[in-house]
Amino acid sequence: MENLWFYKRFIIHLWIISIISISIGCEQQKSALSGNEAERVYVAPGTYDEFYLFTSGGFSGQMGVYGLPSGRHFKTISVFSQNPETGFGYSEETKGMLNTSYGFIPWDDAHHPQLSRTDGIPDGRFIFINGNNTPRVAKIDLKEFETTEIIEIPNSAGNHASPFVTENTEYIVASTRFSVPVPQNDVPISSYKENFKGTISFIKLDSKTEKMNLEFQIIVPGFHYDLAHAGKGASKDWAFFTSYNTEQANTLLEINASKNDKDFIAAINWKKAEQYLKEGKAKTLSSEYYHNYMDEKTHSAVSVKKTSVKVLDPKDCPDMIYYIPTPKSPHGVDVDPSGEYIVAGGKLASVIPVHSFSKLIKAIESKQFDGEVVGIPILKYDAVVAGEVQNPGLGPLHTEFDGNGYAYTSAFISSEIVKWKIGTWEVVDRTPAYYSIGHLCIPGGDSKKPFGKYVIALNKITKDRYLPTGPELTQSAQLIDISGEKMKLLLDFPTVGEPHYAQAIPASMIMDNSKKFYSIDENKHPHAVKSEKEARVERKGNIVRIYMTSGRSHFAPDNIEGIKVGDEVYFHITNLEQDWDVPHGFAIKGMNTAEILIMPGVTRTIKWEPKKVGIYPFYCSDFCSALHQEMQGYVRVSAANSSVELKYSLGN
Amino acid sequence: MLINKSKHTKYFLLLLLIAVLNACGESPKQDPADFGNKKKNVNPGELSPFEMENGIGPVKQKLTLSPINPELVKKGEKIFETKCGACHKLDEKYVGPAQRDVINRRSPEFILNMMLNPEANYQRHPEIKKLLGEYLTQMPNQNLTFDEAKAILEYFRQVVNEKQ
Repeated sequence: MENLWFYKRFIIHLWIISIISISIGCEQQKSALSGNEAERVYVAPGTYDEFYLFTSGGFSGQMGVYGLPSGRHFKTISVFSQNPETGFGYSEETKGMLNTSYGFIPWDDAHHPQLSRTDGIPDGRFIFINGNNTPRVAKIDLKEFETTEIIEIPNSAGNHASPFVTENTEYIVASTRFSVPVPQNDVPISSYKENFKGTISFIKLDSKTEKMNLEFQIIVPGFHYDLAHAGKGASKDWAFFTSYNTEQANTLLEINASKNDKDFIAAINWKKAEQYLKEGKAKTLSSEYYHNYMDEKTHSAVSVKKTSVKVLDPKDCPDMIYYIPTPKSPHGVDVDPSGEYIVAGGKLASVIPVHSFSKLIKAIESKQFDGEVVGIPILKYDAVVAGEVQNPGLGPLHTEFDGNGYAYTSAFISSEIVKWKIGTWEVVDRTPAYYSIGHLCIPGGDSKKPFGKYVIALNKITKDRYLPTGPELTQSAQLIDISGEKMKLLLDFPTVGEPHYAQAIPASMIMDNSKKFYSIDENKHPHAVKSEKEARVERKGNIVRIYMTSGRSHFAPDNIEGIKVGDEVYFHITNLEQDWDVPHGFAIKGMNTAEILIMPGVTRTIKWEPKKVGIYPFYCSDFCSALHQEMQGYVRVSAANSSVELKYSLGN
Repeated sequence: MLINKSKHTKYFLLLLLIAVLNACGESPKQDPADFGNKKKNVNPGELSPFEMENGIGPVKQKLTLSPINPELVKKGEKIFETKCGACHKLDEKYVGPAQRDVINRRSPEFILNMMLNPEANYQRHPEIKKLLGEYLTQMPNQNLTFDEAKAILEYFRQVVNEKQ
């Protein structure tokens, strides 16, 4: 009896406890039991992501900034393209950043973000990105998340194998994808083999000034140089460049550049090149190109025209460059964390060839050559190759590393990521990508110490993955967990522009250095006004300069009369705010440019040429305060021959 | 009751054990790094008598003020013009209150705390809340250093004597 009573009561209480437990829910257990994907990517409101992800904007010419694991989009950094959202490339201060030897170019095609490194590990100071169309390399300062420097690359076209950095960011590389006559010349296109050349450029980052300089170019046969990575560890003095079109075709490359069984990886000993440069082996080639950078004190672009570059010819510089035969138009070239293995993505090949750096050195020492191309020795494939990954998927392109002995290769045609083991070359796992994956990214995955945890697939095609948006659909990234044996898809998220390459870094390496505002005391802009008392309007001929201040919630002055049709009006606006997240915007009716966004403590200028008589309102275009709607003013524009006097005011 | 006390105890211990096994440990709350100057969750509550008199901010006790230093007044005037002048005039009510006699309205400590920590005062100090009702716009944080705020205070101490 007693036992039965005890038993009944025990069962009832057990039920109550179970029901309470179920109804309350138990998130931790759920994730432990089922590995709930939603929880793995959920970043609670008000909390921060663990990683920053920087994606190339592709044909938008910009760079996207996202958080991982959430996939939340934080910012689009203006790089090579005018951006009406910020006024980049429209304001007088930033226009100079887009100067080239072909004039002002408001667009480019940006492919490969690359974080600066110290001792082979991303250090969070800068991120570089290439402009492919009009060869350029940009530097973005990660204190500001703004483009602070752009250098043009002369004697090149299609700057694709760029801007990969050496172990301590001594150099940033660039190279020619579409060979052209060097120097440029008016020749028949059919004279390709005779006249077309490539260049491989080394841009030096000055360790003190942190400015870029095109230190030297190596002139190379007119193949198409496609991608690159610098060595690390044992191979740190070297950089590797894939090439295709060793056939040197100039038409229907689809067929004509795919004939050879093997193309080349160019292995360049940049230390040796540096030494030849010092020894005076370089010739000076007259070349026109621009170097643009933002002056820290005036917040204005300084645009410098350069007229020559030092060029090294492999014929005069033995032991500086070798060709490694590599199957079928190799695309990516990726160096494992140790620096020993050089992985090629043979995009038309049925295997992934992996070269060995130590074998490369031995093959050079024992002269295991298989001919040469204009003085560049071709190494024997078998003397350099360490192994081949069999069945790697169709169209292997790019490889990243997890730091635990595994490599992850994207396969474009079969649309998957293939995980394989370094050393045994066996494929251990594969996971589909939706769809047509190009690059992939593991945080720090091309560095000496990958941070691991995730691989991000960067996909060209999304077809049925998102709500349709007409003929053009979004491109996307996919977050895949690599912490276990098997890869596991966690999240899809759309990206700004076409993501080519991307790089990710722990947020802790950047966020504490993030700038909040610019000190107004350090603003040395020639047209800055440091107090409302100095705000004024000045006319010299038909040039009118309006020295204006902004602060929550008015402009000074806000009533301006005596402007005439035919005037060239410059609004020089200084944002006097000294607080975080308080930029002011400025726009005036009928302006043929774009809004300018003025960061706290900064002066920005927009040029306005009024064409019609009338009253023109201007206003703050970035919400700033409870009285943001009131932050406005008027400009009176009179006829060219009018006698309305110039005057300005604020308040009565 | 047939069940004795010791059985009773064991029974509840058993239930407790089951409950504990079933329960999930409270996951540690992620504490985002204290990034920036946003004051999170400032607990609204009673102000101390010192705070009522002197505002909320880095100045937590009465200061001893030296005689007015003309050099510092000059420095303060310059900073006032750049960082405050867009909203404050000395003798006229503008975006914010006229400042010539602010030293007569508020303690020096209050003036410093208000310049250095406006957000918290707008949220918690009854006098400052009233100001928001009157002026509609909240004074922005201009991220002054303590020394800059001291220089502006020196300027206020001086200008009150120059009343026209």
